Amino acid sequence: MNVLLDNLDLYGAAFLGTIELFLIAAVGSLIGGTVLAGMRVSPVPVLRTFGAGYVNIVRNTPLTLIFFFFAFAYPRLDIVDLSFFARACVALIVYTSAFNCEVIRSGINTVPVGQAEASRALGFGFTRTLTSVVLPQAVRSVVPPLTNMQIALLKNTTIAAGFSVFEAGGIYQNLSERGYDVLVGLLWVALFFLILVVPLTLLQRRLEKRWSVAR
Amino acid sequence: MSAVLYDVPGPKARLRNRTFGGLGTLVLLAVVGFVLYRFAATGQFDAAKWEFLEFKAIQLLLLDALLNTLRAFVVAAVLALLFGAVFAAGRLSDHTWVSRPATAVVEFFRAVPLLVLIFILYFGVSKSLGIEISTFWAVVLGLMLYNGSVLAEVFRAGVNALPRGQSEAAYGLGMRKTQVMTSVLLPQALRAMLPTIVSQLVVVLKDTALGYLILYPELLYQARFLGGQGNLQSPILQVALVIAVIYIAMCLLLSALANFLERRSRRSSRTGPTDPTAVAGARNEARASRATAGGVA
Repeated sequence: MNVLLDNLDLYGAAFLGTIELFLIAAVGSLIGGTVLAGMRVSPVPVLRTFGAGYVNIVRNTPLTLIFFFFAFAYPRLDIVDLSFFARACVALIVYTSAFNCEVIRSGINTVPVGQAEASRALGFGFTRTLTSVVLPQAVRSVVPPLTNMQIALLKNTTIAAGFSVFEAGGIYQNLSERGYDVLVGLLWVALFFLILVVPLTLLQRRLEKRWSVAR
Repeated sequence: MSAVLYDVPGPKARLRNRTFGGLGTLVLLAVVGFVLYRFAATGQFDAAKWEFLEFKAIQLLLLDALLNTLRAFVVAAVLALLFGAVFAAGRLSDHTWVSRPATAVVEFFRAVPLLVLIFILYFGVSKSLGIEISTFWAVVLGLMLYNGSVLAEVFRAGVNALPRGQSEAAYGLGMRKTQVMTSVLLPQALRAMLPTIVSQLVVVLKDTALGYLILYPELLYQARFLGGQGNLQSPILQVALVIAVIYIAMCLLLSALANFLERRSRRSSRTGPTDPTAVAGARNEARASRATAGGVA
């Protein structure tokens, strides 16, 4: 208990960093995933190929390697000078977008064919069909896997600690500098992650109940 | 499904699609061109920066790193499969004093970030309890606990997806609980879940890269080492690209195996009595765990 109480400032600041990183990456990767999913089902072959290629490559790359690339290799290119935090956000968005894209695409596949056919019969083009008819229904049906993806993202933020971002994964370093028991400190970190997952699960239940489609 | 979202293009739509295709290509080419231009402008294409690949010692170093990665992967995969089988059996047990703790263990290890697990094993246990754990075992045990828990859920979902008639018939033949599980339920569940199991192994392979953060000498660790060598022109970007190609090739091979197995199991009717929707649901759930890179899945 002492390990936690004596270092409340450390835990507070670290988990704030984690939550900030998580929220930015979650919003970014949901947008990125939706755009990629849209590309993958679009009538333009170039966009379809690009979407498929992106997803296949990124899903088969370790997240640590993506972090590694943005942390160490990216600055060598001298493009825009970004902080370590911003680069960690980009790495997480690049990685999670590919997974979100696949979830949303599988949601698009669950929407009954009649829905798209009906909207085409009404004269809607591809963009209209996708954004006003198919996507709203698709997202509802993938709330549980999409939440699981966000939980995975929350856990993945810990990797940023290895690349000079101050957040929950880096607590152990400060604890050992201050001379506290690292094992107890890390078990507290694990417990806080368990607690952080709870609101996400509650949100999932609520959205699922409110959005469930009667078919 | 995708073809349902739009009509067969007429002359106008074809023109529009072509315009968008052209624009998309231009934007992509511009982005790729800009990155390549930055590569060239900062001298990343200089022969001197790539020369490191020609040294035999460095080739051997990378090969050694690759072997370390594969070693951690193989040991962790085998242990995770065992762990998963044991805890799936535990969760399915009729005795609450077995199933409750098994459930708690599986849920705990699934919820804690893999990296925190590895830190607990490497920094926590070795410093506070005085049990020395090498970087190799910290990575392997972390991977085993996390992926084993995910696999336990996969196995359990596979067994639950089997129709009740299977176990009822087996009991009707007078088999004991263990017999029903090992000779009737598990073989069918394993077959139905094989593609999911293989794609979980892709996660194991990807997550071995976390070993870099506790300085286990795998591919990324050597990449960092080589990238910092001034007398090789510090080719960190180049090494990162080489490593990326290696990882992506290995993971694509495993993913291709998973896809092949999925297609085969869908084709053969011998997979038989499993309820396809239940299996699909169980697979979807497991798929979500792929995003963790300590994991994504």
